[in-house]
Amino acid sequence: MTAGEAPIGEDDLQAWIDGRLLGPRLAQVEAYLDEQGGVRERAATDRRLREALRTRLAARAAEPIPARLRIAHLRAARHAGRLRRLRAVAAAVGLFALGGAAGWGAAAWRGAPGGAPQPPSAAVARDAARAYRVFVVEVAHPVEVAASNEKHLLQWLSKRLGRPLAAPDLTRFGYRLMGGRLLPGGAGAAAQLMYEDGGGRRLTVYAQAAKGDETAFRFREEGGAATFVWIDQGFGFAVTASLDRDELLPIAEAIYKQGWPERARS
Amino acid sequence: MARDDTAALLEQQIPALRRYAYALVRDPDAADDLVQDCLERALSRWSLRRPDGELRAWLFAILRNLYLDRYRQLVRRGRHVELDTDMMAQPATQEAGAEMGDVLAALQQLPEEQQSVLLLVGVEDFSYEEAARALGLPVGTVMSRLSRGRSRLRAILENGRGPTLRRVK
Repeated sequence: MTAGEAPIGEDDLQAWIDGRLLGPRLAQVEAYLDEQGGVRERAATDRRLREALRTRLAARAAEPIPARLRIAHLRAARHAGRLRRLRAVAAAVGLFALGGAAGWGAAAWRGAPGGAPQPPSAAVARDAARAYRVFVVEVAHPVEVAASNEKHLLQWLSKRLGRPLAAPDLTRFGYRLMGGRLLPGGAGAAAQLMYEDGGGRRLTVYAQAAKGDETAFRFREEGGAATFVWIDQGFGFAVTASLDRDELLPIAEAIYKQGWPERARS
Repeated sequence: MARDDTAALLEQQIPALRRYAYALVRDPDAADDLVQDCLERALSRWSLRRPDGELRAWLFAILRNLYLDRYRQLVRRGRHVELDTDMMAQPATQEAGAEMGDVLAALQQLPEEQQSVLLLVGVEDFSYEEAARALGLPVGTVMSRLSRGRSRLRAILENGRGPTLRRVK
């Protein structure tokens, strides 16, 4: 080694194995390996193993791309699945007939005057979080109609809303339906379904009429309550709980994805 | 960016993503499931991607995170038990064949973090810096994992099958 050269290090050996050394540095490392026979032997083995691994895996990358991985296919499936799921959720949570609900309790809930304009999803999230905070702490009457009377609850809400109504199944997250209630919300009515887990933690699923375009999930956190909200076909949907974002997201996704179009259409 | 450009950019990466996924799970269908989920996630988060030059690192990071989420338990437990049948199903007849044939199985015995470094750098030709970005690590850590992983891989293959058949239960 001549003066001024950096000593050969492990990084140089790895770069030699990967064939990434050039010019003088390559010459220096080669000279070093000539002196250190044992090191050269190990590095040469590593180089062979690197090649062997590439060879072993080459066929996987050479295969034609299967149809299910083509972007056009994924896009089409994504679009269809999204519409299907949104319709299912809308029906399941309670897609209010706009005509039926219009005018009911509307005027008082237009939102605060003079405030900055907010996206409709923000209004839904705010209303859902408010309803959550009011009723989730309620001991005596957390729900208007209990889940023991689920059939009646859903028939009653369905009748009031003019739409068939089902409740999302969240048992795989440990949450069972406690019941639900009808509320004023947005420009009309809102429905709140409340769930509780074995530890007494509560979660609400909420729906109200909302203007605005379809949105993906939006997350909001306010006063210790986390909410995922999304808008579809004139309605806003929200799931609210005192959970971390990462804990709530799979539940929101499950509600979003739970497709019971058959049941909802019945 | 036009939709066709997006599709072309993503599809260029699919062969490499399939190869990486297969090397991690060694099941063609499960590997393609991971790639499909990775692409779906990439499409849904397209607006959040890193600048163009980083597309590959971004996609591989998504794929690896999906793999870690899905296989976390398996990854933590080690994969020796699963390996046994696989290893015994392909007896090593020749010396060269043994080294070639077993190298993927031997790779599976490394910790995932070393596997991924060896695959990204050694197979996918990521630069050390690009691998560091994909793995969310400093370059120095990538280099030390590369060095340790290669030593370990060499030791597994040079020491024969003894360590391979070790059962972890």
